[in-house]
Amino acid sequence: MFEAILLTIVTAATPLVIAAVGELVTERAGVLNLGVEGMMIMGAVCAFAGSYLTGVPVLGVLCGILGGAAFSLLFGFLTLTLVANQVATGLALTLLGLGLSGQIGESFVGIPGVKLQPIVVPVLSDIPFIGRLLFAQDITFYLSIALVVGVHWFLFRSRTGLKMRAIGDNHGSAHALGIHVVRTRYLAVMFGGACAGLAGAQLSLVYTPQWVENMAAGRGWIALALVVFASWRPWRVLAGGYIFGAVGILQLHAQALGIGIPSQFLSMLPYAVTIVVLIIISHNRRTTLINTPACLGKPFVPDR
Amino acid sequence: MKKLIIALAATAATLGSFTVGAEAQEKTKVCFIYVGTKTDGGWTQAHDLGRQELQKALGDKIETPYLESVPEGPDAERAIERMARSGCSLVYATSFGFMDATVKVAAKFPKVKFEHATGFKAAENLATYNSRFYEGRYIQGQIAAKMSKKGVAGYIASFPIPEVVMGINAFELGAKSVNPDFKLKVVWANTWFDPGKEADAAKALIDQGVDVLTQHTDTTAPMQVAAERGILAFGQASDMIAAGPKTQLTAIVDTWGAYYIKRTKALLDGTWKSEQIWDGLKDGILTMAPYTNMPDDVKAMAEETEAKIKSGELHPFTGPINKQDGSAWLKAGEKAEDGVLLGMNFYVQGVDDKLPQ
Amino acid sequence: MRIELERRASASGLFSVVSPLLALVLTLLAGALMFLMLGKDPLYALYSFFIDPLLEVWSLHELAIKAAPLILIAVGLSVCYRSNNWNIGAEGQFTIGAICGSILPVLVPQWHSVLVLPLMLVMGMLGGALYAGIPALLKTRFNTNEILTSLMLVYIAQLFLDWLVRGMWRDPKGFNFPQTISFAPEAVLPELLASGRAHWAIVFALVAALALWFMMRFMLKGFEVTVLGRSERAGRFAGFSARRMVWFSMMLSGALAGLAGISEVSGSIGHLQPSISPGYGFTAIIVAFLGRLNPLGIIASGFVLALTYLGGEAAQLSIGVSDKVTRVFQGLLLFFVLSCDTLILYRVRLVLGTGRNVDVRS
Repeated sequence: MFEAILLTIVTAATPLVIAAVGELVTERAGVLNLGVEGMMIMGAVCAFAGSYLTGVPVLGVLCGILGGAAFSLLFGFLTLTLVANQVATGLALTLLGLGLSGQIGESFVGIPGVKLQPIVVPVLSDIPFIGRLLFAQDITFYLSIALVVGVHWFLFRSRTGLKMRAIGDNHGSAHALGIHVVRTRYLAVMFGGACAGLAGAQLSLVYTPQWVENMAAGRGWIALALVVFASWRPWRVLAGGYIFGAVGILQLHAQALGIGIPSQFLSMLPYAVTIVVLIIISHNRRTTLINTPACLGKPFVPDR
Repeated sequence: MKKLIIALAATAATLGSFTVGAEAQEKTKVCFIYVGTKTDGGWTQAHDLGRQELQKALGDKIETPYLESVPEGPDAERAIERMARSGCSLVYATSFGFMDATVKVAAKFPKVKFEHATGFKAAENLATYNSRFYEGRYIQGQIAAKMSKKGVAGYIASFPIPEVVMGINAFELGAKSVNPDFKLKVVWANTWFDPGKEADAAKALIDQGVDVLTQHTDTTAPMQVAAERGILAFGQASDMIAAGPKTQLTAIVDTWGAYYIKRTKALLDGTWKSEQIWDGLKDGILTMAPYTNMPDDVKAMAEETEAKIKSGELHPFTGPINKQDGSAWLKAGEKAEDGVLLGMNFYVQGVDDKLPQ
Repeated sequence: MRIELERRASASGLFSVVSPLLALVLTLLAGALMFLMLGKDPLYALYSFFIDPLLEVWSLHELAIKAAPLILIAVGLSVCYRSNNWNIGAEGQFTIGAICGSILPVLVPQWHSVLVLPLMLVMGMLGGALYAGIPALLKTRFNTNEILTSLMLVYIAQLFLDWLVRGMWRDPKGFNFPQTISFAPEAVLPELLASGRAHWAIVFALVAALALWFMMRFMLKGFEVTVLGRSERAGRFAGFSARRMVWFSMMLSGALAGLAGISEVSGSIGHLQPSISPGYGFTAIIVAFLGRLNPLGIIASGFVLALTYLGGEAAQLSIGVSDKVTRVFQGLLLFFVLSCDTLILYRVRLVLGTGRNVDVRS
């Protein structure tokens, strides 16, 4: 039973981790994209469409990634090229994503989807207890781990990552040093969109293999919270994602075990926990300054 | 350029004819207002299928415009008023949350007829209608008790309103009529519509050891989980067999069409009266999806129960019934009154959950 | 080919006027195209979207009802955003305002007095302000990001309301359904005119907008908001406290959101229920930006957005497009407005190939 609960938590946490890692990269480059929910739902509908029309779920995953990335370009064009306000554009992106995905997905409602099959690693998956948990999952889980590792390496071990962080911390100086601020930010935004799209694909192909309107149901917003919760560190995103996932699942178990707390208060828990963690992380001004991209959300226009 | 002008003029002409045409039309307008989208796969979709049936049956006499995704509250009042003003003769408000808005608009437009689903406030020109879903729940309970090896079923509930509590109780009573020790575990998902959360709730219940699942939420996600984990489940609101061909035992299918046709005919005949209608299996307002994935004797039992409920021989809430704490509620042979059922806020004995208060 | 921006020396007066018009034209064109693709007559569709709702008196009343909370919340937020404080939890403050304002009519329904209504409004404002005080406290005390705390508090507020109306505050005679007792007549915000439902909330909204416009334009406080918003350092030199500004702007916007909440519940709904807002607190953020964070602009943008809701409904009935079209349409409108606003502050150049500059608009 314990293993089964852990499996459920993994499924619940994976989309949060993926979307949050993407948004983390976007924010590290100094761009605040509040449209994660919109990109996620676009990813979900594109993935379902791709999987349903081709009959190959993995192609669906690809469609989800591409759909999310393409949709994020809209945000990129407005905020980077036309320097529109990022908060408003992000909200508008979510609004548009919800409407557009509903429109696109109208004909897919009620069609049972095909679940993405797990990739079982031989030998390793036989390890007692953790084997099935870690080595018999679907591709989105492996990607989520790879993304955390990869993004950590990229941000803190690679030259390009260093440049990107420099842009997020001070785009003026970065530009003066000859780093392509806008181009890098475009790539970061698209990476965020691709990740949100992948997270959406996980929703419509793994979590609940079907398309229903508004199926992201606020997970994009939780991913946004996670990034700050993790103080812009990939490993903490992973940990945070699993804490968020676990709280949601365990409150259902608490109910089934007959622990008599009003369910509304149990549902409040993840949000209250985030606030508390935010306080703990940020009350030391120095640690926040080290982690927070200083130019987050600020517009940049190269002077010529 | 000339072409453009002609096109514009043509459009203007159609524009004009639209308004004129609307007045010249003889068809009666029967209007619907939905809380969700008509393709939500659950509650609203069932109402919209009813509307389509109505349109098909009486299409030469009526038209059936509708508004989707109307939020409960002031928006509902505006939407209903818009319908009343746009010439609707009969307005179906298909969500409990539309109640007060419907009452207000009905008072303002005494010539228009209104019907409000699942509410309890009526007026001269405002009827209420509801479906005795609990009759289906009772049958489900009986099937669950026969099919469950562990003697425990799981119930994914949405919100602790009487409608849902009634369903949980009916399920447990049905199960206990077969197996007096049958237990029912309940998880409150606190949502009508969130596939992810519904799936999580289903998994949590299965991990707690239930081997039959039923749901009072709208998406097919729990059915998919049940199929994946190889247990049995019941569908909700519509036939969910496609999501679990080897999993679904039966489903409570909301078939509002029969009711809509009946009442709309009454409107056209001029015999429409404001009533508080609570129809059941016998009226066809709900139907049971085909009994599948079960042995013949269980199927026979289910069919027999269904027939007895239809004939009125069996009322699921017939005493002796004890409340959850063991205190007596109904004496032997006593039937629950509709009023008590509609305000139900307690569990019967055997439900393994604490009712959120 | 790429697009280059060049900052104007000062905001272009011409484009301040032209940009919203251009955005409107682009939205109409894109909308027409969309309706054409859906197989609908585009002119008739646009007519039912934008003109139809304006032709009847009752519909104008509805427009005022819909616009009032949006304007009320958005003007508060505009001050917040101008001072560089990012309160995006107005939805939660709206909810708590509604709850606090409802204490009297729900718990002491037997108290009939002319004082009830004013007290309700004050308590609603207080509730909203205090709830917005939480992120303010966390920001000033622990340096916590207010975007996130205010957003998290939205969900907590909604779940709290849910718990109240399903539990303690439930109408004992309401068949156990999740809502409170109906407010007594003296606890209901009166209607303005006999011709429709519009009530005092729209007056509050317009007064708040004008007052804040006056403050931002002519009062020292407005100057303080702007200076601190541009640069905290500059503000410190001028002797302003960024810390106090966090409190001021958050609580001001919270109070207005709370007032919107209790006005909505008292004037439009008449009791508390699990869902009292179709996302006004979030839509108001968009309204604030559409109005360029200027209280007078927000009055206009509030009405425009309210019109798209009404128009969406009218279009569903008259031409049978789905409600999703409304949302796509609103998204398009926002995108065009946001992108056209670039023209106010920047010159836009289209650069073809390398080096050859073509001045498109300047």
